[in-house]
Amino acid sequence: MIEVRDLQKSFGDVQAVAGVSFTAADGQITGLLGPNGAGKTTTLRMLYTLMRPQAGQVLIDGIDAFTDTLAARQRLGVLPDARGLYKRLTARENIEYFAALHGVEPALAKSRIDALVAALDMQDIVERRTEGFSQGQRVKTAIARALVHEPRNIVLDEPTNGLDVLATRSLRRFLQRLRADGRCVLFSTHIMQEVAALCDRVIIIARGRVVAAGTLDELRAQAGESQLEEAFMKLTGADAESLA
Amino acid sequence: MSATWIVYFKELRESLRDRRVLLNTFIIGPLLGPVLFIVLINFITSRELDKAGKPLPVAVIGAQYAPNLVAALKQSGIEVQAPPSDPEAAVREQRVELVLRIPEQFAAEWNAGRVAQVELLFDSSRREGSGSVERLRNVVRAYAARIGAMRLVMRGLSPAVSQPLVIAERDQATAQARGALLFAMLPYMLVFATFFGGMFLAIDATAGERERQSLEPLLINPVVRSRILLGKVLATASFSVCSVLISLTAFAVASRFLPVDKLGMTLDLGVRFIAQVLPVMLPLVLLVAVLQTLVAAFAKNFREAQTYLGLLQILPLIPSMMLTLMPFKPQLWMYGVPLVGQQLVITQLLRAEPVGLIPLAICFAVTAVAGWLVLRLTQRLYGGEQLAIST
Repeated sequence: MIEVRDLQKSFGDVQAVAGVSFTAADGQITGLLGPNGAGKTTTLRMLYTLMRPQAGQVLIDGIDAFTDTLAARQRLGVLPDARGLYKRLTARENIEYFAALHGVEPALAKSRIDALVAALDMQDIVERRTEGFSQGQRVKTAIARALVHEPRNIVLDEPTNGLDVLATRSLRRFLQRLRADGRCVLFSTHIMQEVAALCDRVIIIARGRVVAAGTLDELRAQAGESQLEEAFMKLTGADAESLA
Repeated sequence: MSATWIVYFKELRESLRDRRVLLNTFIIGPLLGPVLFIVLINFITSRELDKAGKPLPVAVIGAQYAPNLVAALKQSGIEVQAPPSDPEAAVREQRVELVLRIPEQFAAEWNAGRVAQVELLFDSSRREGSGSVERLRNVVRAYAARIGAMRLVMRGLSPAVSQPLVIAERDQATAQARGALLFAMLPYMLVFATFFGGMFLAIDATAGERERQSLEPLLINPVVRSRILLGKVLATASFSVCSVLISLTAFAVASRFLPVDKLGMTLDLGVRFIAQVLPVMLPLVLLVAVLQTLVAAFAKNFREAQTYLGLLQILPLIPSMMLTLMPFKPQLWMYGVPLVGQQLVITQLLRAEPVGLIPLAICFAVTAVAGWLVLRLTQRLYGGEQLAIST
């Protein structure tokens, strides 16, 4: 479970995140929805301990992420916005490197990698050097290395960015399996269909604040709109131009 | 296995697969010096040997006035040539190197026992001619001295009468020390190999990692950042040590096959020399690796890091130039200056001079402490949150 309480972060005069609070529960997929520049990536970067907030608290399974950082990181699997691979290493070696840094024993790492390779359908690329991988192959490898320590909480920053329809569908199925496993899945996106297709709960962020949170039905009711897109527009206070 | 070593082995493995890194670390960096050295030594020795053995062409004006002198010149390996029409101009225009003019009255003066004169025309601004001038002058002087001694003997006097004083020259430079003049560039070449050997790994592991967007995922692993940094520094240092070792081996091999003994020098760059130099270089290797990591970690991208590290590489040239251009007696404190200390010690080892334990300890300790301090500083800076963010 991930709990975020009143996170704040500013860069110079710009208040990127102005008091964000939400909870992502186990066995659910939670979507962080918002237009570009709403503060999603900054919120996530604080959540997975890359940045320190000026105020606020993050609890990962009850562990304070800023006082017990390493323990919190052990419980997180993260696909960050930056998902570069080591291009002179094979996909397997890339994943093994992160497994080792998480302290996973080589034998255990091997069986987990084999399981992830099967689940993500990447048997044909796992022994290849990652140089020249397609966007989809890169995302799969990055997800596998983020999950090789079997974290209970999974955070993905715009995971379907740059993926084609087929890769997106296969990624959705994978996230649903993680949910079925009882894990806590949190991902950010600016794409409505993504949220509609996957999420149990949605948190809508605009201008560094949470403007609405709840199930899809609750959000539609809150906005008084039957269409999700209209509801989103109303809730973020955005007009068509600012989203374009 | 601790995180430091996980990072260390991963960096080594990745870099060993990079042809450009391999080329720089194991070929260009370490072998540039020895190759330059072989070319230079061969050039110098062949020139010196050529000069000593080759007949020296000298244009002689008025050879008919002093046939004995001309015969003596020929005996001493001087090739007497016909004079040019305008000797002064010929020398100035470098058509002829040396002209010896024997005046008409030479025979009259000579036979009368007065001081006879010959003129030597040369251009002192032509450096390569100075050896020839000296050689011709010595031949003429030796002839004059011989005749002088004979004249004294004919008058019943000892030749010693005209030579109240002689200088006996005893050059105290050992054969090694004479060699070390030629080897003045060796310490710099080793420092160069140190810098060049680790440079590309340092860039790749820091600025390169950020540019390829793999630094952020790396840093959110449950590992203390300073450990990750240390792994990268150690990998850089390992490449650097390899580069130095290859360089030393190449110098050792080169010194065996070069005809340095013909120049009256001896050079011993064997296993013993390597075993003495390596510990002196080790703290420097670490210091350089940390500096390179520090500089590259805060460059915006690969290209910028390359520029900065290129500039950093000029740094060791400063003490080298100072030591070559202004040869001073090494003071104890100089051993405490990183780069200077190492170059001093290696120069002394080359000259086969004993290096005191205190200078050696100062050289080792100060550089090691400096390396440690810069490492701590880099680890502090590496903890900053801006470091990871590439976008």
